[in-house]
Amino acid sequence: MNFPSKLIEDAVSEISRLPGIGKKTALRLTLHILKQPESFSQSLTAAISKLRTEIDYCKKCHNIADQEICSICLGTRRDRSTICVVEDIPDVLAIENTSQYNGLYHVLGGVISPIQGIGPEELKIDSLLNRIDEQLGSEPVQEVILALSATMEGDTTSFFITRKLKEKGIKVSTIARGIPIGGELEYTDEVTLGRSILTRVNYNLE
Amino acid sequence: MHLKNIKLNQFKNYKQERAVFSKEINCFLGMNGSGKTNLLDAIHYLCFTRSAFNSIDSQNILHYESFFTIAGEFDREGKDLELRCIFEAGKKKQLVLAGKAYEKMSDHIGQFPVVMIAPDDIQLIKGGSEDRRKFVDSMLSQLDRNYLQSLVRYQHFLKQRNALLKQFAEGGRFDKELLEPYNIELISLSKVISQKRLEFIENFSPKLEHHYRVISDSKEAVSVGYESHCEPEGFEKVFRDSLHRDLALKRTNKGIHRDDFAFEIDGFPLKKYGSQGQQKSYLIALKLSQFQVLEEGMGVKPILLLDDIFDKLDDARIEKMVSLVADHQFGQLFITDARPERSKQILASIDSEKAFFRIDNGTIRAED
Ligand SMILES: Nc1ncnc2c1ncn2[C@@H]1O[C@H](COP(=O)(O)OP(=O)(O)OP(=O)(O)O)[C@@H](O)[C@H]1O
Ligand SMILES: [Mg+2]
Ligand SMILES: [Zn+2]
Repeated sequence: MNFPSKLIEDAVSEISRLPGIGKKTALRLTLHILKQPESFSQSLTAAISKLRTEIDYCKKCHNIADQEICSICLGTRRDRSTICVVEDIPDVLAIENTSQYNGLYHVLGGVISPIQGIGPEELKIDSLLNRIDEQLGSEPVQEVILALSATMEGDTTSFFITRKLKEKGIKVSTIARGIPIGGELEYTDEVTLGRSILTRVNYNLE
Repeated sequence: MHLKNIKLNQFKNYKQERAVFSKEINCFLGMNGSGKTNLLDAIHYLCFTRSAFNSIDSQNILHYESFFTIAGEFDREGKDLELRCIFEAGKKKQLVLAGKAYEKMSDHIGQFPVVMIAPDDIQLIKGGSEDRRKFVDSMLSQLDRNYLQSLVRYQHFLKQRNALLKQFAEGGRFDKELLEPYNIELISLSKVISQKRLEFIENFSPKLEHHYRVISDSKEAVSVGYESHCEPEGFEKVFRDSLHRDLALKRTNKGIHRDDFAFEIDGFPLKKYGSQGQQKSYLIALKLSQFQVLEEGMGVKPILLLDDIFDKLDDARIEKMVSLVADHQFGQLFITDARPERSKQILASIDSEKAFFRIDNGTIRAED
């Protein structure tokens, strides 16, 4: 692509480094920014730089935070006896959006995979165990929910963590896997269907 | 099921050729290098989505050209189905069934079952255990999706465990608990897979023995056995006892990835004691049993492709084998031979419908 201005070219090349954005889209965004009042680009760049310099990761759960401790861990209406373990930050957002969960989180930062050189030390697993110990006196954790990907690595990681937690006598559960709501049985893949039959639940009339 | 005709376009040494086939026996006759095996391979492509010989699609395009197409009309239970395989260099291969392109090539496998016997298959007998495991695994995977699933999981966990063993050795530390998830998965999957392999061989071996008996006229007796240290009973102990060795060698030493299938003739290893003709007879018996297993599992008779099948066999065995495959329990047959008179003579006594094709430097001519 040829640009009439070096300034535009620089902006396009920076913006197109974002995931999912090609040169064409980047050019459209650049031209859009140019049409807006100057205050728009100023507040945009200010927000971005501030985001990068001031963002923090929660000392407790490793979610993104504005301070040392994130808003979820600080939340007064949160059920502190339940911790949901997830792989990464977007998973926290996804579960929060369901409005079905009111406990705390713990972000591992990945799953165990020796092939890729990722062991427990690369993840926040010790941090989870320490956290549970620390809460023991004041607000003991009663249940840990494992919400990891339904992959072989996710399963191995869940297994590893479960063994560690069982030593502490904590209830461990894992999110259910099965047929999507509104999904049709005959189009569900065999493995998922087989698993949802094995892990069937009692029918609740209430 | 049978293939009614084929059209080749720029496939291997064929520029543009077509042929109409008999639903029983088809014989491709021609000199060395004329294109007989290539024609079988084109049929294999349609049935199995890929070459039986060269997995690099681009090398199967006629030299100096940029694409090939293979089209064939099948009759499956009285229904005509057109199948077309298109490959253009640098693009994704396409397989089109009755005008509709497959999204996943693997969905096609098993729809038009095929069994090929080619000279290189003797590796199954002469080669290492991996060749034999692949042979059994490919049948079991086609018949049982759960088997395939278990096998894929097993191979993945095995890779992870071996990577971990290597890290332990290199880092000079050992974490028992980190190894445990892999131990548990590999132990339980080994039991499942070995049970299925055992059941499979129990069903397969009488078929093999029968076919060999017919071909050899009961001159010698053969068997196939399942060799494994994964019997459900003691396997967990066997696996766990191997830990020190595993750590020292930085890989997993016990499990179904070490299984083998013992081919024997009169109680001795076929690889060491079988003559070339006996090995060839065994190979044919293996493949004819594969045919039966696939037919039982899928409910259609596979197409049988026999490449240079007569070599190394004596006249008596050739006669037995031909009357075996021509007996109507097998379906459509394609045979190649570089010695036309021999094939014609052998097939003369067979009452099946026969079609002979002269293959000459990339051309096909039907004889009457
Ligand atoms: N991509 C290609 N383009 C052109 N020619 C090819 C290509 N691939 C293979 N060939 C040629 O096709 C010819 C025929 O091969 P094929 O294996 O079919 O012979 P055959 O008739 O089975 O001979 P034989 O009796 O020796 O087994 C060979 O000369 C080979 O070089
Ligand atoms: Mg040949
Ligand atoms: Zn937090």
